[in-house]
Amino acid sequence: MKKRFDITWITTPLIILLFVLGWHVYVVWSGVSKFIIPPPLAVWDALVDLLTTPSTLRHAWITLYETLVGFFFACLIGVGLGTLLGKALWLERALNPFIVATQVVPKVALVPLFILWFGFGTESKIVVATVLAFFPILTNTVLGIKSVDAGHRDVMTVLNAGRWQRFVALELPSSMPAVLAGMEVGVVLAIIGAVVGEYLGGSTGLGHLAVASLNDYKVGMMFAVIILLTVMGFLLYAIVGGLKKLLIPWHESVAGAQPERTPASR
Amino acid sequence: MNRETIPDIALSGVEKRFETRERTVVALERTDLRIRGGELIALVGPSGCGKTTMLRMIGGLLTPSSGEIRIGERNLWRGAERDSSALRELGVVFQDANLFPWFSIEDNVALPLRLRGMPKAERRAKARELCELVGIGGFEKAWPRHLSGGMRQRAAIARALSYEPHILLMDEPFGALDAITRDQMNLELQRIWLAQRCTIVFVTHSIAEAVFLGDRVILLSPRPGRIDMELEVPFERPRRTALQAVPEFQGLVQRLRDRLEAIIT
Repeated sequence: MKKRFDITWITTPLIILLFVLGWHVYVVWSGVSKFIIPPPLAVWDALVDLLTTPSTLRHAWITLYETLVGFFFACLIGVGLGTLLGKALWLERALNPFIVATQVVPKVALVPLFILWFGFGTESKIVVATVLAFFPILTNTVLGIKSVDAGHRDVMTVLNAGRWQRFVALELPSSMPAVLAGMEVGVVLAIIGAVVGEYLGGSTGLGHLAVASLNDYKVGMMFAVIILLTVMGFLLYAIVGGLKKLLIPWHESVAGAQPERTPASR
Repeated sequence: MNRETIPDIALSGVEKRFETRERTVVALERTDLRIRGGELIALVGPSGCGKTTMLRMIGGLLTPSSGEIRIGERNLWRGAERDSSALRELGVVFQDANLFPWFSIEDNVALPLRLRGMPKAERRAKARELCELVGIGGFEKAWPRHLSGGMRQRAAIARALSYEPHILLMDEPFGALDAITRDQMNLELQRIWLAQRCTIVFVTHSIAEAVFLGDRVILLSPRPGRIDMELEVPFERPRRTALQAVPEFQGLVQRLRDRLEAIIT
C-alpha cells in the first residue's frame, strides 16, 4: 500500500519560515529596541551559545526530571482517585467541591507557599507540576469509567465476572482513550508547573535560566531558553500521543486516521 | 450435549414492577411458563409487552419483584442475589453484539473462557473452533469494528456458546440487521441449534421470524405485560426459507397477527 504524502512536511517549515521572516522584517523596519524584541539571528546565536554551554544540559535535565516525576504522580493520583470516584458516585459527589476548589484556587499564587514547605530544590517544583497536571487526568478518568457502555456491563454480569475481572477486561480498557486524552493535557500542564516553580524560586532548571537571562538583559538568551522549552514540550506531548498507538490501537482516534481496509462484509 | 440433560426453565408467579414516584408500572404480570430443555421458544409481542423484561430476569440481569425462576433444580434468584451456578447454564446474546472493541474477535469469543481461567492456548483453539462453527473462520485476528453487523452478531453468538451453556437467551439478536442478512442469520441459528442441542429463548418483534424459528411461539400483550397466547409450530427441521411461502405457515402468522391487532386496538 502506498503511503499518502503528508502535507504537514511542507506546511510546517513554511509557516515557521514565514513567521521568522516577518519577525525579522518587523525588527529591522520598526527599529524596536533589541532589549524588547531581539532579531531572529540574535536569538539563533543565543540558541547556539545555549546549546554549546555544558551547564544547559543539566538545567534541561532538571526541568525534565521535575516534569516527569510531577507527571508521574499526577497520573498516579488522577487515575487512582479517578477510578475510585468513577465507581463510587456518592464519593464523587461528596469530594467534587474540594477537587474543583484545588483547581479554581490561583495555584501560581500558592507557589511561594510550596517553596516554603518543600524548599528551593526540585521537590517544590514537582509538587507544583503534580497539582497542575492531575486535574484533567482525574476528570477524564472519572468520565471514562462512568461512560462504560451499559451493554458491555451486561455482558460481564451475565458472565458472572468478579470486580477485578471487570476492571481489567472492561473498565480499564474502555476508559483508556479518555485517560490518555487527559494525560495529553496533563503533560503540558506539568511542564508549565515545573517552569513556574523555577521562575519563582531556586537556582536550577530552564525556568530559572530564563529569568536569570532576563535579569542580565540577555533577552536573546531568554528567547532561546523558551524555544528549548517549547521543543521539550513538543517531545513530551508527542510521546504521550505515541502511547495511544501503543495502548489503544483499536480506538477510532488512532485507527481512524489511517486509511485501512480489511474485508468487512460477507 | 444430550438433550435429556438440559434443564427445564420454570417461571412461577414471576412479576416485575417498576416503582416511580407517581405510580407503579407493571412490566410483567404474574407469569407462569415452563420452557422444556432443548426447546427453541420464541417470545413475540409489541414493545412494552415485557418480553425483554422476562428475558433479562431469566438471564440474571434483572431482579424479579416476586415469583421464582428455576433452572432445573436450582433457584436462580434468592432475593436480589443470583445463584452463580445456575448462571453458568446461561448464555445471552443481545440486540447489539456488545463485543469489546479493544479485543480481537478471537479474544472476544474466548472472553468467558478467560474469566473462567482457561489457559491461553486452550481457549485460542476453542475460539477458532467456535468462529468456524458460526461462519466467521479466518477473522479471528480482526478488530470488531472491521466486521459487518451480521458478522459481529455471529461473533457474539460464538462468545455466548463458548462455555457450552445449556440455555441460550437471545434478545432481538437480529433486530438491527437488514432483511437479507436477517433471513440468513435465522437459517444459521437453526443450523447451530441443531448442532449444539441447547435451549434457545428467542425474543423478537417479528411474527414471521418467531414462527419460522420457534418450536413454540409465546405471544405477549402490553400494559401490563402478560402471556396472551401460546402456539405450537409443527413444521419439521431443518426449516428452509421457502417454508415462509407455504399456506400453513402463513396461516399461523396470520392467526398471531390477528390476535396482535386485537390486543393493540
